[in-house]
Amino acid sequence: MEKKKVGAVLVVGGGVAGVQASLDLADSGFKVYLIDQGPSIGGVMAQLDKTFPTNDCSMCILSPKLVATGRHPNISILTNAEITGLSGEAGNFEVKLRKRSRYIIEEKCNGCGLCAQKCPIEAVDMYNEGLAQRSAIYVDYPQAVPLKYKIDREKCIGCGTCYEICKAKAIEYEQKDSEVTLNVGSIILAPGFEAFDAKQKSEYGYGRYLNVVTSIEFERILSASGPYGGLVLRPSDGEIPKKIAFIQCVGSRDFQLGNPYCSAACCMYGMKEAVIAKEHTPSKLDATIFYMDLRAYGKEFDDYCNRAKEEWGIRFVRSRVAGVTEDTLTGNLHVHYVENETPKTEEYDMVILSIGMTPPKNIDKLAKILDIELNKYNFCETKHFSPLETSKQGIFVCGAFSAPKDIPESVAQASGAAAKAMSIIAPERGKLVTVKEYPPERDVSKEEPRIGVFVCHCGINIGGVVNVPEVVEYAKSLPNVAYAEANLYTCSQDTQKLIREKIEQHKLNRVVVASCTPRTHEPLFKETVQEAGLNPYLFEMTNIRDQCSWVHMHEPKEATEKAKDLVRSIVAKATLLKPLQKPVINVTQVGLIIGGGVSGMIAALELAKQGFEVHLVEREKELGGNLRKIHYLLENEDPQEKLNNLVRAVEGNKRIHVYLGAEVADVTGFVGNFKSKIALHDGEEKEVEHGIVIVATGATEYKPTEYLYGKNPKVITQHELEEKIANGRFKAKNVAMIQCVGARNEERPNCARICCGQAIKNALKIKEISPETEVYVLYKDLRAYGFKEDYYREAATKGVLFINYDDDRKPQVTSEPGKLKLLFWEPILKEEIELEPDFVVLSAATIPNPDNKRVAEMLKVPLTKDGFFLEAHMKLRPLDFATEGVFLCGMAHSPKYIDESISQACGAAARATTILSKSTLEMEGIVANVDEDLCSGCRICEYLCPYNAIEIKEKEGKPVAHVIEALCKGCGACGTACPTKAITMGHFTTEEILAQVKAALMEEATA
Amino acid sequence: MMFKPKIIGFVCNWSQPTTLNSAGTGRIWGYPRIRFVRVMCIGRIDPVAVLETFAKGADGVLLIGCHPPDCHYVEGNLQTEYTVEILKKLIPLAGLEPERVKLLWYSPSEKQSFGQHVKDFYEQVKNFGPSPLRNEQPQSKLMLNILATKNVASDFRLRVLLGREKELTEGVNVYGEHIPKEELDATFDDIIREEFVRHMFYLLTKTKPFSVKELAETVGMKPAAVLRQIVNMRRRNMIILDHVEGTTPFYKALEVK
Repeated sequence: MEKKKVGAVLVVGGGVAGVQASLDLADSGFKVYLIDQGPSIGGVMAQLDKTFPTNDCSMCILSPKLVATGRHPNISILTNAEITGLSGEAGNFEVKLRKRSRYIIEEKCNGCGLCAQKCPIEAVDMYNEGLAQRSAIYVDYPQAVPLKYKIDREKCIGCGTCYEICKAKAIEYEQKDSEVTLNVGSIILAPGFEAFDAKQKSEYGYGRYLNVVTSIEFERILSASGPYGGLVLRPSDGEIPKKIAFIQCVGSRDFQLGNPYCSAACCMYGMKEAVIAKEHTPSKLDATIFYMDLRAYGKEFDDYCNRAKEEWGIRFVRSRVAGVTEDTLTGNLHVHYVENETPKTEEYDMVILSIGMTPPKNIDKLAKILDIELNKYNFCETKHFSPLETSKQGIFVCGAFSAPKDIPESVAQASGAAAKAMSIIAPERGKLVTVKEYPPERDVSKEEPRIGVFVCHCGINIGGVVNVPEVVEYAKSLPNVAYAEANLYTCSQDTQKLIREKIEQHKLNRVVVASCTPRTHEPLFKETVQEAGLNPYLFEMTNIRDQCSWVHMHEPKEATEKAKDLVRSIVAKATLLKPLQKPVINVTQVGLIIGGGVSGMIAALELAKQGFEVHLVEREKELGGNLRKIHYLLENEDPQEKLNNLVRAVEGNKRIHVYLGAEVADVTGFVGNFKSKIALHDGEEKEVEHGIVIVATGATEYKPTEYLYGKNPKVITQHELEEKIANGRFKAKNVAMIQCVGARNEERPNCARICCGQAIKNALKIKEISPETEVYVLYKDLRAYGFKEDYYREAATKGVLFINYDDDRKPQVTSEPGKLKLLFWEPILKEEIELEPDFVVLSAATIPNPDNKRVAEMLKVPLTKDGFFLEAHMKLRPLDFATEGVFLCGMAHSPKYIDESISQACGAAARATTILSKSTLEMEGIVANVDEDLCSGCRICEYLCPYNAIEIKEKEGKPVAHVIEALCKGCGACGTACPTKAITMGHFTTEEILAQVKAALMEEATA
Repeated sequence: MMFKPKIIGFVCNWSQPTTLNSAGTGRIWGYPRIRFVRVMCIGRIDPVAVLETFAKGADGVLLIGCHPPDCHYVEGNLQTEYTVEILKKLIPLAGLEPERVKLLWYSPSEKQSFGQHVKDFYEQVKNFGPSPLRNEQPQSKLMLNILATKNVASDFRLRVLLGREKELTEGVNVYGEHIPKEELDATFDDIIREEFVRHMFYLLTKTKPFSVKELAETVGMKPAAVLRQIVNMRRRNMIILDHVEGTTPFYKALEVK
């Protein structure tokens, strides 16, 4: 008999991938156990300063996700934990964990940090990569989740000071390691990577020369919260460097070292670090990047690269760096490199090693316990058509563990792995999650405002500077304040109970907390007042810690006055607070997918596996899209067989309705409630209702106008070559391939990502079927990232000639009767070469589907300037649009390989499931309201709304703005612009804001 | 003129009458340049007081308490042993000979030898010559040194461990482990070395902004080590970046109002 399935998932690794997978699972009705070896989640991304290509602050975009994970009722975070055993099978695993002692009672620790301030023992701060020190009792960084301190048992001498100091009584020296057993249905592995140990490349002097640092150390150096406060300094003498050099591929593309693969992210982060270093340096800073191939293959990466060159003046030198030596007197470094076969040396103030990714530490042990296969480099073994599956059923993988990759790809894979993990336990959805129930809401509309004010000491964080009792006394004197008190920690569990009691005892109908930041703590307090029967919007908060006691720690008197001002002004606002209702909308639990290529089909199958009905609309007469044209892969899998299986699975699935030769003609509505018209092949129209849309419109091959394409039959594209080879009609003595045709030029500055792989694939195929055929590949940068590097090397070994060209000396194709001539510059021989190839094969770019513009307008979603769809956020929301309920995947997003499209398609299905899994959605209560009498119907608000949340409706013969509450995020852009002031914002009404301002400006405290 | 050392003797209330008076009555010794300061128990004297005594110009400091088992306050005097150990590490940093401080136990039965000990100490200090701090200006290097050691001795980090030294070395720590004396001693050495440098930098940068190189030259350290301490001082809000000149950042002390 089959064992009962379990509606819980174990996620291993709390980096950005693990966090994303956990959130998607938990938001779709599954219980999640998220484990991490370290004391907090966040992974490497938490160490980064900025992220490419948007230069967003890494912590600023990551931290909200960490907070959401930490607070999610369906996610249990188990830190300092590792897997010790596994039994059972897919659907019902039993996992044994060992949780190492923190020596802190997590439930009691409030993260106030007093212990760390007083701890007499210092230790090396590894969060700062050893460039700073921390206490023996510590958190990795101030925004850590969970914000629970930990004793570094190696360093702690056991003096007992923290025990005496801790006001929350959270220290427990006797705490032992514990064994935990979890019962889960599936497992997601997201253990990330280990940064390459740069000491292994001893020729670069890391560990010997102080001014040689790794790229992760440099991230900390660049960070405002890092050791040098964000100013780039030389570790040897604290001077600001004038000339810095980046050495790429340290620990990557290194055959001798045993890391021959490409680490995929270093070119971009190297560039980014160079740009940010220049930004952070007040004096002139020259930055040079020594690279082998500039692998800026991602979405709009070449744009970034061009800006780095042109706007920021970063110098790029294509070379191999032989070694680095130090001038012992100055600490300066001599970089010895070989450019175009010429050895050269240059002097720099500082050298940054762009270190690669290696498999996680001790991964063989974990692989053995879990019985999963690793590849030859000890990364997780996956297949091209199942990139998220390990060799063991029920265990999935995402992020850098399956291959080195950057953040957006890890995030997309994380969502994808979530879809996979959910699908095998779909019937158990909702069975293990807790639904919070609140008491009925008290009607306070007829009551006079009675405000309760709770002022937090935050241990001594606030109380050590601000005179909290004085602030409390002052609060008591304010109008409408019925009760005020001080708390040691307002956020502690016992204080929540106390707040609820006080609300009852004193008939409070508004609550104000003066403590830390609303960003982390407001949801907690809102919940508390709701538990006491108050509408959550009758709560307000002011920050007297981060914005008061911390910044004015040396002016206690002024800080106390400021705290009083802040309390007075928030009380003035609180007096006016009105209850708001969170709109609840119904969800049509059906999906619509536009595009029936590999991405669309996979997304449809994944949604169907989750139990949802899907409409799949394809313009062509058959499913398959670009995959129809692919006959073989670099990887050892048969694409046509896979395609046939996929088509059969889609067509045979009862839940999937396929419309061929059809197109989506119109979409109206909003998340959960879309209505669309499908123009069918026979000219009929069908109307469907659905809750989400997935855009999978794919992309298409560029039809070249260059190099005599279309004029000479011997000039063909890679697809055409592939067709010839597949049909057995290929015969040639020599073939020349030209890369970057229609890409990386003025018209389309960005890389088309897959053409290098295509060229290598076809070159290898030619060598396989006709070893004597000479193959030349003329390239700008050979972008064989990740494990594709292996095939590049294999091709080179098999005699394929790779010849670099640049835009100043492009190859030239000419034809004479019966002859095709190719002329190109050979940079190593330094001479022009003339060939008479049998074929010139153009690696034509992958360009956006021409239909994208129409689809984008129909869905009111944006396109990039290149014409691909533009996601909500390039780093952390790669599969979402800003418009809720609309998602994207595959080549509609940007060119990509099949495995990447599959990952994204699964990911889009998971993102969609976070909506489709619910019959109703509760939306944010802070939304815009339109006074229809005042509205002039001018449409300014409709134009300004970034979320398409305003539509103009006809009412009694006049157009009026209508807010789609389900889409409104409450930013207030519409209200600010409204010429007739017809729009007000809930919880931030003009009256409320001005009352706060007026009270803030009152000269003297009224007490 | 012959050098006559100025010595301050801290004496506990309970050994004082016996030591000083009996010595006086017995005319065993009499060094007019030793000034006695009475405390109830010698355990009351902390390292800061001794360092301050030197800062004020003393050539030597004598600490006199009851012989251990005889302490009027059970074992208050034992703390003094730890205090003196720490002082022996701190005083050299201030540029003084560690032997300028001495702890003596007095027991009535050892009246004679006690007198000899005092005599020896007096002679020793005399041999050392006058304290270099005697006529120093407040901002001189030596004065900064002694001030820095005083700050180290006032620092919570040091004091909390000093306060627990007996408990840790004679008993067990919070994990029930015995901490070998040498291990704790090494920890003290680390703390004192680091804190001295930090407080030195703090005092220096209070007067004007300093660059890493300037600090390194002033205290004779490697610039890399100076930078590491500055990183630490920034973390602890002791110092901030003041301004940048060319490619050189200058730091100044963050003064508490």
